[in-house]
Amino acid sequence: MLSWPVVDPDAEDEVALRQVAWACLSLGAAVGVFAVAFGVGAVSAGGSVPMACAMSLLVFTGASQFSAVSVILAGGSAGAAFGSAMLLAARNGVYGLALSKLITGSLARRLVAAQLVIDESTAMATAQEHPRAQRAAFWLTGGSIFVCWNLGTLIGALAGEAIDPLTYGLDAAFPAGFVAMVAPHLRNRLGLEAGILGGLICLVLIPFTPIGVPILCSTAAVLIGIPARTADEAEALPGTAGVP
Amino acid sequence: MLTWALILLLALGAYACKVTGLVVIGSRRLPAVVERCLALVPAALISALIVKDTFSTGQDLVLDARAAGVAAAAIAAWRRAPVIVVIVLGAAVTAVVRQLTGAD
Repeated sequence: MLSWPVVDPDAEDEVALRQVAWACLSLGAAVGVFAVAFGVGAVSAGGSVPMACAMSLLVFTGASQFSAVSVILAGGSAGAAFGSAMLLAARNGVYGLALSKLITGSLARRLVAAQLVIDESTAMATAQEHPRAQRAAFWLTGGSIFVCWNLGTLIGALAGEAIDPLTYGLDAAFPAGFVAMVAPHLRNRLGLEAGILGGLICLVLIPFTPIGVPILCSTAAVLIGIPARTADEAEALPGTAGVP
Repeated sequence: MLTWALILLLALGAYACKVTGLVVIGSRRLPAVVERCLALVPAALISALIVKDTFSTGQDLVLDARAAGVAAAAIAAWRRAPVIVVIVLGAAVTAVVRQLTGAD
């Protein structure tokens, strides 16, 4: 860089904050697409439009919602649907740990913030350098995704009631959505190994176990994370990004 | 069947996970081995969901139009295409192959 104009640090801060805001808001729009697919799937799984919307408002963690509905769609039990969703939701607990230094203030404020602890808000917040930008990124990403996720769910649920999902290949929208979600997690070696192993466990168990059980068993693949890793590999680990 | 009971349980469970990390445990650390394994849950579990949604109907393993659609989606995701392209391509290729083969 030849010359970096040194301006009033506050003004520079404002520019950086505006860039962060723009990134956060466009991420929200992208996530809305997932939500439309979710809405379609939720009504196909026998849910009503209010059910689909309530799920996005209250559960608000995309991968868990998708997996619960996917197990139900295949004819799995509510227990298996709940179990798979909770296994995916557990990582939000880990995100919360990482964010707890950042999200301070009154208990009420932190209880509201907790609902917004998802893949994207964590990834965007931890990608920023300064505490002020980190906090802004957390609230902006969480807020814009909350709005887009719920709006998209409503649109998808209304559309899902009006059309035959099979004609438009919408039964493949779920696995395609999962493909988009899992891609960032497979870009490091350990993640790729866990993904392949998880997929294989599921494939082998499908004919022999009740629906939903293969999904639960696939998480045994995470045990390959037990051996201590070199610093290099450990750095590549925390897989964020995907859906809320 | 999606029920209100399941939705409310999911809501409570999901919020409990979030609150536990952010508010209850706070900045205390989990054992490193637990964090390492938890970081791998999405890779393992979502991959399993892809296998199930692509290659099974109930308890039967099947190979149908969905495989073509998901393969197209995988290529798009690997080439870092935007999310909307990945999903729409997956659905569109499935629909077209289904039409052409005249079956599910």
